[in-house]
Amino acid sequence: MNRRDSLKALAVGTVSVGTILATSCDKKDSKNTADSGKSGVYGRTAEEKLIDEKLMSETFFSAAELSTITILADIIIPRDEHSGSASEAKVPEFIEFIVKDQPRYQLPMRGGLKWLDIKSLKLFKKSFAEAGKEQQIELVELIAFPEKAAPENSAGVSFFNTMRNLTATGFFTSKEGISDMAYKGNQPNEWNGVPDKVLKQYGLEYDQKTLDQCLKPEDRGKIMTWDS
Amino acid sequence: MAIEIKTKGELYDVCIVGSGAGGGMAAKILTEAGLKVALLEAGPDYDPANPEQQTQLKWPYESPRRGAGTNRAFGDFDAAYGGWEIEGEPYTRKNGTQFDWFRSRMLGGRTNHWGRISLRFGPKDFKRRDFDGLGDNWPIGYDDVKPYYDRIDKMIGVFGTKEGIYNEPDGYFLPPPKPRLHELMIKKAATNIGIPVIPARLSILTRPINKDRGSCFFCNQCNRGCSVHADFSSSTCLVKPARKTGNADVYVNAMAREVLTDKEGKATGVSYVDKTDMQEYQVNAKVVVLAASACESARLLLNSKSSAHPNGLANSSGMVGKYLHDSTGASRGAFIPQLMDRERYNEDGVGGLHLYIPWWLDNKKLDFARGYHIEFWGGLGMPSYGFGFGMENTNGKYPGKDGKMKAAGGYGASLKDDYRRYYGSTVGFAGRGESIPRVENYCEIDPGVVDKYGIPVLRFNYNWTDQEVKQAKHMQDTFEELIHSMGGIASGEKPGEDRKYGLEAPGRIIHEVGTTRMGNDRNTSVLNKYNQAHDVKNLFVVDGGAFVSQADKNPTWTILALSMRASEYIIDQLKKQNI
Repeated sequence: MNRRDSLKALAVGTVSVGTILATSCDKKDSKNTADSGKSGVYGRTAEEKLIDEKLMSETFFSAAELSTITILADIIIPRDEHSGSASEAKVPEFIEFIVKDQPRYQLPMRGGLKWLDIKSLKLFKKSFAEAGKEQQIELVELIAFPEKAAPENSAGVSFFNTMRNLTATGFFTSKEGISDMAYKGNQPNEWNGVPDKVLKQYGLEYDQKTLDQCLKPEDRGKIMTWDS
Repeated sequence: MAIEIKTKGELYDVCIVGSGAGGGMAAKILTEAGLKVALLEAGPDYDPANPEQQTQLKWPYESPRRGAGTNRAFGDFDAAYGGWEIEGEPYTRKNGTQFDWFRSRMLGGRTNHWGRISLRFGPKDFKRRDFDGLGDNWPIGYDDVKPYYDRIDKMIGVFGTKEGIYNEPDGYFLPPPKPRLHELMIKKAATNIGIPVIPARLSILTRPINKDRGSCFFCNQCNRGCSVHADFSSSTCLVKPARKTGNADVYVNAMAREVLTDKEGKATGVSYVDKTDMQEYQVNAKVVVLAASACESARLLLNSKSSAHPNGLANSSGMVGKYLHDSTGASRGAFIPQLMDRERYNEDGVGGLHLYIPWWLDNKKLDFARGYHIEFWGGLGMPSYGFGFGMENTNGKYPGKDGKMKAAGGYGASLKDDYRRYYGSTVGFAGRGESIPRVENYCEIDPGVVDKYGIPVLRFNYNWTDQEVKQAKHMQDTFEELIHSMGGIASGEKPGEDRKYGLEAPGRIIHEVGTTRMGNDRNTSVLNKYNQAHDVKNLFVVDGGAFVSQADKNPTWTILALSMRASEYIIDQLKKQNI
């Protein structure tokens, strides 16, 4: 985002524009998409490859915006005993890509980040990224709980819902997130029904008719024949 | 600039337009009988085993959009190229009505996408007018089609069980996979309220049927195309063997423009534009078989005007494009508290449902005609784009691990744990029903709009009637009963009358048929009972266009059966020199 665009994007009225700008766009556009989801080989047509390449070559968020996104993403999905944080799983890079891929996110995300900075400015006289950890959490508390939030923070709630969605999706579709979720599939398998202990847990069982009708693992390699 | 139309190939016995279920089957049957066939396909060649095209077993993070549906309607990893909107190939709508037209431009067409649900039409499905006085009967009955269903079951493979239900005829089945956990729960809940649940019938090889195709390894990804060809798609099960005979020339990226005719009005071939060089070509053939999809074939006929056929080819009845109808569809999701904090195991299974609910009621006791079946989903699926969305609508409604309620939404470690806790705890129900075909629902040529190839486009006019709306209401009531019976909580708000009870717009279920329907009366139908045009004896349409009515069954198995039947009729008629 260049300085002129920043000015245009700001619709803040009485708040000091200089304060915001000083903290948001002075680091210039950096290579924030370095190796973010470099398009792998996943069965693209020639047209689709071009679409991916074009999106990869563009930059949407400024470095400052992306650093705020990173802070928020790690507040939403922090490192815990099971797995790393959102930023460790490259969620900010995913968010940078998805807003270019689905431009309907662009205005709510950019505007939401600005709302957050203005709110932070009002509360702490600092941008969100510059505020201390406790202050950041204090602000997040105001917008993270839709049913408890004050009406004047509804725009922030809406933005935070979007951030929560994108962070969760970005994290749990990453390699680390899938492993955390303990998804066991996407590999050649021999499905032979729900494990016994799980059936027992739910008080269910396969009746004899089902067992008789269903595929038996030992038949999987045998060519099927019919009587007539 | 001079425009030249170049002729491709020899004089073929048959030119087939479209390589989906209907065209693929025709190609297989005709080439195996020794006929020389030109097969035109509007999209590229495709083989799910081609590493350049393969999406099977890819992880969400291999796509920068994590599989989102930005470019492919059903997500990055879905096999089907195309969608409801294709750049440069518009269609229009009339009178404020809606019809959404899904097209898949590639070898195998839409068989690369579908759910492999392979249901036979039953005896009642061919004679609906006899039962409710609505619409029309088919000129053929179940007994005419049964021998072809039987052969297709064995040729392609479909799992299922013999159930002895009159209007859900049994076939030659492979053994079905055991039900998943949520499917067992649904079966128990449904049985308790008198709704039958039986094993699904999907064209997926749980056991091999020949040495050419592998058997299922349970990755749940049939919609991505199977690299061992263990599921049905026309490209792998029909076009491949047709090519093997050496009798098929497959022209890909060939967008058909017109069916060519001679002075007597007989078809002589097909003209097309090659998308790769944008040049005009034509293929000459003794017989032309259209299988471009119900609407695309109608479009071709309507665009093939000549002095012998001023209203478009095979359209002396004016019925081309009329009686367009899609399945009805409505759905509802639910959260199943019992399924929170699930034990993890590989629950992928086959690429689709292991059980389903066939139509079980008597319409005489209901306020709508025709039935529907219910499909369901759930389980420990692979996360992809959209996973975790909307947690703020869920995690405030149920107690946490400590038994205490917490505020909806949130952030941090406790939120992170919620995603784990709720994983695999939702199920969904979708009804797919039969609509009443109406002459008032149609596609026609929009006189003012062409696509990027200069081909006039289709304009749609389609309204649902009370019949379909009431059916959707019944679906919603049934979903709630099922959800309640299994101790679940229905998601969101139940769609009411203002939203037509969640009835999907026509075209969204992608079962559209009827546009060149068959019949004994040439004034009210386009084709005879062998899919042969009344007006042009060497012209056939073997896609869903031939259907008189849709049934609540997915149309593919019947398209295949009718195409096989029509193809053998073509062979017979060529032998007898009747065409």
